Amino acid sequence: MKTGQPKAATFDEIKRQAEARWQELQGAKAVIMVGAATCGRAAGALEVLRAFKSELKKQNLDCPVFVVGCMGHCYAEPIVVISKPPHPPIVYQQVNAVIARRLVKEFILGDDPCLEFVLGALEASELVPSLADFPRAQFEQKIILKNCGFIDPEDIEHYVANGGYAALAKALQITPEKVIAEVKESGLRGRGGAGFSAGEKWQICRDTAAKTKYVICNGDEGDPGAFMDRAILESDPHSVIEGMLIAGYAVGAQQGYIYVRAEYPLAAHRTQIALRQAKKLNLLGKNILGSDFSFDIKLFEGSGAFVCGEESALIASLEGKAGTPSHRPPYPAVSGLYGQPTLINNVKTLAFIRHIIDKGAKWFAAIGTKDSPGTAVFALAGKVVSTGLIEVPMGTTLRQVVFDVGSGIPKGKSFKAVQIGGPSGGCLPESALDLPIDFDSLTQAGAMMGSGGMIVLDEEDCMVEIARYFLEFTQRESCGKCTFCRLGTRQMLETLGEFTKGKGEIKDLDTLTELAEDIKAGSLCGLGRTAPNPILTNLRYFRDEYEAHILEGRCPALMCQELIAYYIIPEKCELTCDACVGTCTVEAISSHPKKRYKIIDQEKCVKCGTCLTSCPPQYNAIIKLSPPEVPKSK
Amino acid sequence: MTRRVIDRFGRKRGNLIPILQNVQKELGYLPSQTMAEIARFLDTHEIDVYGVVTFYNQFRLNPPGKHSIRVCLGTACHMKGGYITLDAWKRRLKIDRGQTTPDREFDLDTVACVGCCVMAPVTVVDDKPEGQVEPTKVDGILLAFGREKEKR
Repeated sequence: MKTGQPKAATFDEIKRQAEARWQELQGAKAVIMVGAATCGRAAGALEVLRAFKSELKKQNLDCPVFVVGCMGHCYAEPIVVISKPPHPPIVYQQVNAVIARRLVKEFILGDDPCLEFVLGALEASELVPSLADFPRAQFEQKIILKNCGFIDPEDIEHYVANGGYAALAKALQITPEKVIAEVKESGLRGRGGAGFSAGEKWQICRDTAAKTKYVICNGDEGDPGAFMDRAILESDPHSVIEGMLIAGYAVGAQQGYIYVRAEYPLAAHRTQIALRQAKKLNLLGKNILGSDFSFDIKLFEGSGAFVCGEESALIASLEGKAGTPSHRPPYPAVSGLYGQPTLINNVKTLAFIRHIIDKGAKWFAAIGTKDSPGTAVFALAGKVVSTGLIEVPMGTTLRQVVFDVGSGIPKGKSFKAVQIGGPSGGCLPESALDLPIDFDSLTQAGAMMGSGGMIVLDEEDCMVEIARYFLEFTQRESCGKCTFCRLGTRQMLETLGEFTKGKGEIKDLDTLTELAEDIKAGSLCGLGRTAPNPILTNLRYFRDEYEAHILEGRCPALMCQELIAYYIIPEKCELTCDACVGTCTVEAISSHPKKRYKIIDQEKCVKCGTCLTSCPPQYNAIIKLSPPEVPKSK
Repeated sequence: MTRRVIDRFGRKRGNLIPILQNVQKELGYLPSQTMAEIARFLDTHEIDVYGVVTFYNQFRLNPPGKHSIRVCLGTACHMKGGYITLDAWKRRLKIDRGQTTPDREFDLDTVACVGCCVMAPVTVVDDKPEGQVEPTKVDGILLAFGREKEKR
């Protein structure tokens, strides 16, 4: 820092300037916002962005276009919002370059809002239904996702103009003890999975005397099927930084680290930009906002190891070592990074902080249930119509999440199970759907809140295969430190692998259960202690499927490749059509030499299912058989 | 080259992973001489560097292909047929996961989850996530690469 009086702006000045710019933007004749988080990009958001820019240039229009994060309606990506008063801001779905050019010509230049591409409006109007009137909006309550998709994550002023950093300014006016008391009173529980009280954790860290303390934001979201932390860091990174600053002030830390997974390059990039911008405004660095509080944050990119989501392994990784967990206690809040007291909180936990400080502990405690206050953020994916990022108050039932927020199962298939908590959780069946979502009831049912991945499974998903899949994952990601985890998961995986091939014996099921208990008891960290969960809940709710595999060599869901065969029903096959012949990726389908109907060469078939999707629905001649016994062709 | 990257960092053990990441960004992989050099720089044993490199999935010990193919095997991708997509890539490229084609054009690997579960099954092709990659789209992507090659 330079000597002499720095030109540190007061928070009011920063806020005034940001608000003025935001107002200017709102006052513009038209504004285009393109949702370009990773999922939007996968759907082609960058091409859309380019199309908008080039068409505006071609038409000689001066209209601000900026990138926003994820609005949560992932099924409709790429999403574009166009705000052109007096029309309400309109959300367009599945936009591509052609639609983008048309929107510029017809809506920005002309005045036709092109309603055929609309998802909804952001305000009530007679023109289009508002998103708030969607069935899912009745169940959702957005707190930490509120800004996501509506502000430019790479522009700090957007964040400040929407109430950002006000909580930090407020916290700096009161004592750290008061901040902790507020967080404690709110009842906020850590959103990383285990649900430990955040306020308690802060208190322990504060009470441990040390010169140096650290705050770490755990963004190593390793659960396959979870992407909440990614979306928040990509869409609203400042909310996490603000939470860390308040945490740092409360526990008396000077240095923070944001640990982001290697697989999230965009999240890391945007976090880096946010840190730079915050530093520039003196919201980060020395004597923040003119106070005595100094705090710096560094970004640390992980290198792809699931176990690093465990706090002691994460700390080892930050220290430049292989990420193996260590024995706790002492907990990191007492002795963590480089042996110093370290506060580790999940991305979502930190994102809640500013709202708690801003609106008060009572406000927060009133949301959700008594023991799990607040909202829960889920990444809803799999066999569900409205996939995406959702935020519902704790206590909402699983049924409401799957059928009301997620609009049920696509293609008229029936619901089978919902997988919660990733490799540490389990699959809950129809009978458990009326469970309210909170930390404790999910654990009782055999699943786990986990970090918030929620995958819906339908009748075509095999429960044995999904258990095998998770075991394969944990087995590969086991760091190898504890024998039970290292060898036990391998043994379980082998047994499950046999089942999916129709081999194994019924008594293996008991061995599996026994082994599961041993792995739970004999492992140090959460990875090993929860690795058997998927199989244990599975055996509890779906034992019949295991029996079908073992005793009959049949996969009821028609998924396990070794237990199915594709077959073309000669009577249904249309002789003049050869859709399947052309699409077969291994040229395994040919016509019967005389009768012309198609036959699959079972020796060549790789069971990729392309023929099944290519067979025109009016013929519907291809089926899967299990056990794989194909009738002889005549 | 390695030296230039290393010199940007302090001689602190905590910098090991960022150093490895940056060197790999430059070279595409981590040759053994480089690992030895990093060990000397940080005043630690070569085995410690090697241990860290082999612990994390991100680091590779052999040179990558020109184009990287990463098949996502997250839960949603797996349930929607990610394993079938992986089979298709293996069949077309004639290599297994973790390998590079003999002409060094493609390398094939899997990734735990890229967080685009909604687009399942996903394959990340040269840092760009592609959604709904089924066996026919695998052929399509390869076809596009073939055309690109002809253009040059």
